[in-house]
Amino acid sequence: MSTPLLEIREVSTFYGAVEALKGVSISVAPGEIVTLIGANGAGKSTLLMTICGDPRARSGRVIFDGQDITERPTHHIMRGGIAQSPEGRRVFPRMSVHENLLLGAQSQGIDPAPGLEQAFTLFPRLEERQAQRAGTLSGGEQQMLAIARALMSRPRLLLLDEPSLGLAPLVSKQIFQAIRKLNAETGLTVLLVEQNANQALRLAHRGYVLVTGRITMSGTGRELLARPEVRDAYLGGH
Amino acid sequence: MSLARTRRPVLGAALKDAGLAALVAAGLFLPMVGLRTDVGPTGALFLRTRWTDVLLLMAIVFAGRFLLRFWQEWRAERHGPSVQKRLAGPLSRSGRFVAPVLLLFALLLPAIPGIGRYELDLGILVLTYVMLGWGLNIVVGLAGLLDLGYVAFYAVGAYSYALLAQYFGLSFWICLPLAGLLAAFWGILLGFPVLRLRGDYLAIVTLGFGEIIRLVLLNWVSLTGGPNGISGIPRPSFFGLAFTAGGGPGSFADFFGLEPSPTHRVVFLYYLILALALLTNWVTLRLRRQPLGRAWEAMREDEIACRSLGINITTTKLTAFALGAMFGGFAGAFFATRQAFISPESFTFIESAIILAIVVLGGLGSQLGVAIAALVLIGGFEVFRDLQEWRMLVFGAAMVLIMIWKPRGLVGSRNPTVALGEKRTISAAMVAEGRG
Ligand SMILES: Nc1ncnc2c1ncn2[C@@H]1O[C@H](COP(=O)(O)OP(=O)(O)OP(=O)(O)O)[C@@H](O)[C@H]1O
Ligand SMILES: [Mg+2]
Repeated sequence: MSTPLLEIREVSTFYGAVEALKGVSISVAPGEIVTLIGANGAGKSTLLMTICGDPRARSGRVIFDGQDITERPTHHIMRGGIAQSPEGRRVFPRMSVHENLLLGAQSQGIDPAPGLEQAFTLFPRLEERQAQRAGTLSGGEQQMLAIARALMSRPRLLLLDEPSLGLAPLVSKQIFQAIRKLNAETGLTVLLVEQNANQALRLAHRGYVLVTGRITMSGTGRELLARPEVRDAYLGGH
Repeated sequence: MSLARTRRPVLGAALKDAGLAALVAAGLFLPMVGLRTDVGPTGALFLRTRWTDVLLLMAIVFAGRFLLRFWQEWRAERHGPSVQKRLAGPLSRSGRFVAPVLLLFALLLPAIPGIGRYELDLGILVLTYVMLGWGLNIVVGLAGLLDLGYVAFYAVGAYSYALLAQYFGLSFWICLPLAGLLAAFWGILLGFPVLRLRGDYLAIVTLGFGEIIRLVLLNWVSLTGGPNGISGIPRPSFFGLAFTAGGGPGSFADFFGLEPSPTHRVVFLYYLILALALLTNWVTLRLRRQPLGRAWEAMREDEIACRSLGINITTTKLTAFALGAMFGGFAGAFFATRQAFISPESFTFIESAIILAIVVLGGLGSQLGVAIAALVLIGGFEVFRDLQEWRMLVFGAAMVLIMIWKPRGLVGSRNPTVALGEKRTISAAMVAEGRG
């Protein structure tokens, strides 16, 4: 494996006195899709947020592209090649689709045109709805917008927090296909958090299992899918 | 048949609701109206009870609430598109003309025959509130930061000018930018401690901030004159030409060969506040189309999403506070030069409340709405002057009615700041439906 694009070393994160992450170590190589699966409250979102420095890791290191970003302010981290589509999508409801997309690029100070083009090729639905208020989009469209907005900053690493949350199977399949396409065509590195372990593990090159703040298993997607513990806990058992 | 089935619960619900409202009214009015202390013939206080008045008030509340609820339910039942929705199209189309017409009216007002000193003074007052409304709109309407102490910046601006003129003899034109800068500085000072606060908590801290500024002005007698205020604040000049009553060499009237008249200064002040207000509007409209303004609005919508996009929340908040405060400071300096006398009494909480009411009634974030609300509210205050203490009651009622009729404010729609060929308006009706 080449040198990782993202490396998390022994990271612990606290909410007050509660330790949400207890010495988590993971690594993501350039061009990889890595998924993180785990039950509700395992700390998946916390891990993604810790990478962004909000909340900050109390101990351990976050290394991105060979640089230690653990102590960097969030807005610097998000301008330096990492983007996140947060849990629950969080589009700006009263603003138009177009404005939402522009906001994705603006802190970068880059020309939004190529980003818009990429977004519309990936999700043609968004182009039709450019002038529509984001709050009136369907759940699936909002998810597309959240991903497209994150991509507007032209990141090298995309953090996705439960993109299939609350979506019909067909729509979530579309979203997963878009992620695969992005990864295959542009070499975008993706760290994907999912409840939908089956789909996520099929899509990802590798995966980690997080249980109450600790990594308990890791391996290729296929390996994890075959593990009886994973099948019992996250695939509803068979 | 379907009527009989649906009308029942409507009636029942309305009755229950009205009953509750009457109970609340009883709780309020029993001590406030029911009990009254009067001075007896011997000078001693005695307690008078007015239960019939209380009953009457309760009956009015009951009937009012019942009719309102009944009307609402009945309207909803008929499924027909609400008046609001039917009006949304024509209204937003006519909205395009309202702003230019209002602007033209404002520009020509002093030239309209029959407009005298009184009307101009009223115009100046309305425009001051338009400007304050637009200034606060940056903070509350665009950035979504609920500020209940906006009057503090108005006070800082007014006192900045008054004190700089008094102690250093500086002219209005030098002090105007200084007053804005000082107010902006205080805006940032307020911004820092409240960076992490939102909603109710932010409102409470800003409320306290407003009171602190007022109390400092009131108690720092050696500097501010305390409750006596500062008088003899110099009037502004027109590029160095003074507005002296008797004319004389170097005066405005003398230079232009006019008959000396006190109206000149009033007209000048009118155009001055109009220019300041338009400057506020222009800056706001410009910024809304730029990354900073877009970041303000995005922050109002979702702060966490903003962070995830690399937007610096600290600078975004502080610039909103600073800019809003700066325009408040300009307005304050204008107020001081117009009145020639200021005291802490002009900067009480009620001022903040009125300005906030203008912003909310106008429709958070809407420039035109704020202007109309200022005109209606401040103009209305004057029109109903004869009602004396009933004025507040009329105003409370008017505000409640507007909020029932248009819950998102008079102009509750928002235009996207980037046009895509044809401009589309996100109507209030759609806004109301969404989860925004
Ligand atoms: N802001 C917060 N303050 C305090 N505790 C928090 C906060 N956010 C998360 N937690 C706690 O941290 C733990 C991990 O939460 P996290 O949101 O990371 O879980 P998750 O794996 O993303 O779960 P889900 O699949 O339900 O989204 C939980 O016990 C949660 O209660
Ligand atoms: Mg989560």
